[in-house]
Amino acid sequence: MSADLALIWPELILTIGGLITLLLGTFAGDRQVGLYQLAAMLTLGAAAVAVVALFGVEASVFSGTLAVDGFGGFAKLLIYAASFVCILIAPRFFTGGMRAEYPVLILFAALGMGIMASARDLMTLYIGLELNSLAAYVLASFMRTDERSSEAGLKYFVLGALASGMLLYGISLIYGFSGTTDFAAIAVRMGGEMNIGLVFGIVFMLAGLGFKISAVPFHMWTPDVYEGAPTPVTTFFASAPKVAAMALMTRVVVDAMGPAIGAWQQIVIFLALASIILGAVGAIGQKNIKRLLAYSSINNVGFILIGLAAGTQAGVEAVLTYLLVYVVTTIGSFLVVLQLRDAAGNQVESIPALAGLSQRRPGLAAALSVFLLSLAGIPPLFGFWPKYLVFEAAVNANLVPLAVAGIVASVIGAFYYIAVIKTMYFDDASDVEVAGGGNAVEGAIVTASALWLSVVGYLFIPVLAVASASAAAVLF
Amino acid sequence: MGILSLMLAIPAVAAIACLFAGDRNARLIALAATLADFALGCVLWAQFDIGGAQWQFVERADLFGRFQWALGIDGMALMLIMLSVFLMPLCILASWDAIKSRVGLYMAMFLIMEVVMIGVFMAQDLLLFYIFFEAGLIPMYFIIGIWGGANRKYAAFKFFLYTLLGSVLMLIAMIAMIAEAGTTDIPTLLNYDFPVEMQTWLWLAFFASLAVKMPMWPVHTWLPDAHVQAPTAGSMILAGVLLKLGAYGFIRFMMPMFPDASAQLMWIVFALSMIAVVYTSLVALAQNDMKKLIAYSSVAHMAIVTAGLFAFNQQGIEGALIIMLSHGVVSAALFFCVGVIYDRLHTREIDRYGGLAVNMPAYALFFMLFTMASIGLPGTSGFVGEFLSLAGIYEASSWVAFVCTTGIILGAAYMLYLYRRVVFGELTKDDVKAMPDLNPREWAIMAPLAAVALWMGVYPESFLAPMRGDVTTVVARLAPAKPAGDAQLAAGRPKPAGDAHGSAHHAGGVQ
Repeated sequence: MSADLALIWPELILTIGGLITLLLGTFAGDRQVGLYQLAAMLTLGAAAVAVVALFGVEASVFSGTLAVDGFGGFAKLLIYAASFVCILIAPRFFTGGMRAEYPVLILFAALGMGIMASARDLMTLYIGLELNSLAAYVLASFMRTDERSSEAGLKYFVLGALASGMLLYGISLIYGFSGTTDFAAIAVRMGGEMNIGLVFGIVFMLAGLGFKISAVPFHMWTPDVYEGAPTPVTTFFASAPKVAAMALMTRVVVDAMGPAIGAWQQIVIFLALASIILGAVGAIGQKNIKRLLAYSSINNVGFILIGLAAGTQAGVEAVLTYLLVYVVTTIGSFLVVLQLRDAAGNQVESIPALAGLSQRRPGLAAALSVFLLSLAGIPPLFGFWPKYLVFEAAVNANLVPLAVAGIVASVIGAFYYIAVIKTMYFDDASDVEVAGGGNAVEGAIVTASALWLSVVGYLFIPVLAVASASAAAVLF
Repeated sequence: MGILSLMLAIPAVAAIACLFAGDRNARLIALAATLADFALGCVLWAQFDIGGAQWQFVERADLFGRFQWALGIDGMALMLIMLSVFLMPLCILASWDAIKSRVGLYMAMFLIMEVVMIGVFMAQDLLLFYIFFEAGLIPMYFIIGIWGGANRKYAAFKFFLYTLLGSVLMLIAMIAMIAEAGTTDIPTLLNYDFPVEMQTWLWLAFFASLAVKMPMWPVHTWLPDAHVQAPTAGSMILAGVLLKLGAYGFIRFMMPMFPDASAQLMWIVFALSMIAVVYTSLVALAQNDMKKLIAYSSVAHMAIVTAGLFAFNQQGIEGALIIMLSHGVVSAALFFCVGVIYDRLHTREIDRYGGLAVNMPAYALFFMLFTMASIGLPGTSGFVGEFLSLAGIYEASSWVAFVCTTGIILGAAYMLYLYRRVVFGELTKDDVKAMPDLNPREWAIMAPLAAVALWMGVYPESFLAPMRGDVTTVVARLAPAKPAGDAQLAAGRPKPAGDAHGSAHHAGGVQ
């Protein structure tokens, strides 16, 4: 037991740090923004250090319910980094309205996501997922006085509860027909003769998980929640939980359902293609940049699922690489959105208002162009590379039609990305004077991620390949 | 750092500098960088060992793990790089006064364009090639969309999406090739024998992409829009170099890598080329917009290139390559000719002009030269290429040669008709009367273009010599799959007089 505790330092640190931050917020008051922000960021930093210190360890703790391995480590680092940035950028957005609950909730969400990424038992899976979700519901409605925010929170909660229900139903079916909640034992059962109960269990579980990664047809909440939630929270939703849910889904399909690839592969293929196409088509008419980015995230999840559909180690490596590049791109683009303010200091979210941005704020326009073209996967931007990897994995797994369909649909996606660039560069300036401007830290993050996503990223391919390969190898 | 990397680095660094420089400095930086690249290109040509190793100036750096920073050129790539670095400074000069807004961004985009174009010709790694090949979309999208004409946004979208849709299929084919051959190294892939069954699919995927870039009928429709809306220098580079990427892909990848499929499916290329030659020439004849006319004529010329390449013989391919170079120079020059008068009158409508020979004699002279070169008058660059490629096509299929030759006649028709309406006739319109002749800057652009067009026409050997070995390699690679032609030539030995095919034989047997 105590030996197990030594292996879950990241989770322990997050729990304790979260509670301390909560106490700080309670006793020092909401005004001491710097204090609890610092505490939360230190906690995340320490947790990340603990993850790094545990690299190379491969063990399962607490009677095999939680895995400590490279795969979980890779995902956790990404999750912690994304959460760190989301705490860092919040105070400027909430000017005056910042409360200590924000970093605390993010910390607990990060804890839940870490558990999701490491779960190797259906029970821990569900606990991690719900810990994350409950924190997320509150975060979505964080601006209590704002109607859109409350609406987003309510919508997220109702649909999220529905998805949790489906997931639980799937879990109960799988448990009922296999007699175990342990991934490895389930895999043994899946290797034998399949029956209709197991297939239904797989379908319901994937449906529940599909909601969390906002894959079509379980995506309906995404645009509304992204639009309604405060922008730092949207940044958070678009980055860290995607990583956690994708990592969880990968572990479930590869570890627990691996032998039954025939049963889940077609579901994943359908989710992938539907997400790519609907994510692309749905974005075309959008006038709100946050809604557009929501559809873009649906679209990108589709590409990630292509890597998963391959079901091979190369496919999982592609998924991990894609997640990393996706998180950097998403955080970068939301940081740009966060800096767009009109003369009165209000957030500018409407796309037509961005007309002429390239002349008013050339740096921001250039950075956003890099992020959007990278999301579209146009070389030489680095967003091309993970797309290449998922398609390569699909082709090598004999899924050529899937790869062809996916890549052709990606052209539809390119349309709305370049449409935003058109607005910023080609159109005459709008009457909304986008003043904005962020502080040096935000500027540095945007600049660094934009540079990395331009050609510089290619130099990191060898490092990324080693990291993702060692992480993915754990599952095979 | 080798000379090839240096040629890529100079414009890349200059592009970043342009972004932060003022208008005037940006122009100077761009001109200096493109001239430096031209100088390096000349060094490259001078040091290129004709008849030496197939791949020269090879550089390899294992920067990316999965694929390499591998550069190297053969004769064909050398000539196309020369074309690019020769046209670039002229493009910068052509936009010296015409571009007044956001000069820094404009120059940066052109310099990035240069990096991308010469990168495509230098790449020795399949993925590196693809990255350069696709990367050209972004700067061109900005060039058309920001500095283009009235309908520029539509044209920019059409250009971007059309060409993107084409090239994504090529990526899937490349992934399959890499999986099959286990390498991304282009020289190795060139000698890899893909299974015949697989070749067909790969060929079709590459064809989908390259036919759009070429562009071939019926996927050429983006080109007139892009040309009409693009600024003058944008049209120059689009017609001059970007259209050559498709043909370069044919000869670099499709033909040597998939010889069997190329032989099986050559009828597709021939059929589309024949339609394109006749149809687009007729369309060009009916145009009232000068740029559109030249754009359609480009499609017709490119169709002769594709037909020449798929003749599978030395003359056909050499001729096609010369047309590519010649068209690169001549169409860029023609677009500049349009730009010169557009800058003065701000219209591309042919009927708005007339009688320019009176008040712009120097302009009329240059325009005449390039018109003749486009038609293929002996002594100009156009003649050499068209003659060689048609001779090669005739060897492969006399019917295709017959149809393609009508393109030359129609070409003469629409170009002379254009010239007559713009330059000859009565000088009646007052605003046209007020147009001044070429200024020194325009002279500086016209003169080199004219010199090269004449040089290529009078002594094409300078351009053919570096490429000959590479063409022989491709022809040898294609030889086992090559279908028998219907011309039944006995080269150099004309049959006795009275033979029905006598005169045609003679034409086919020369060279």
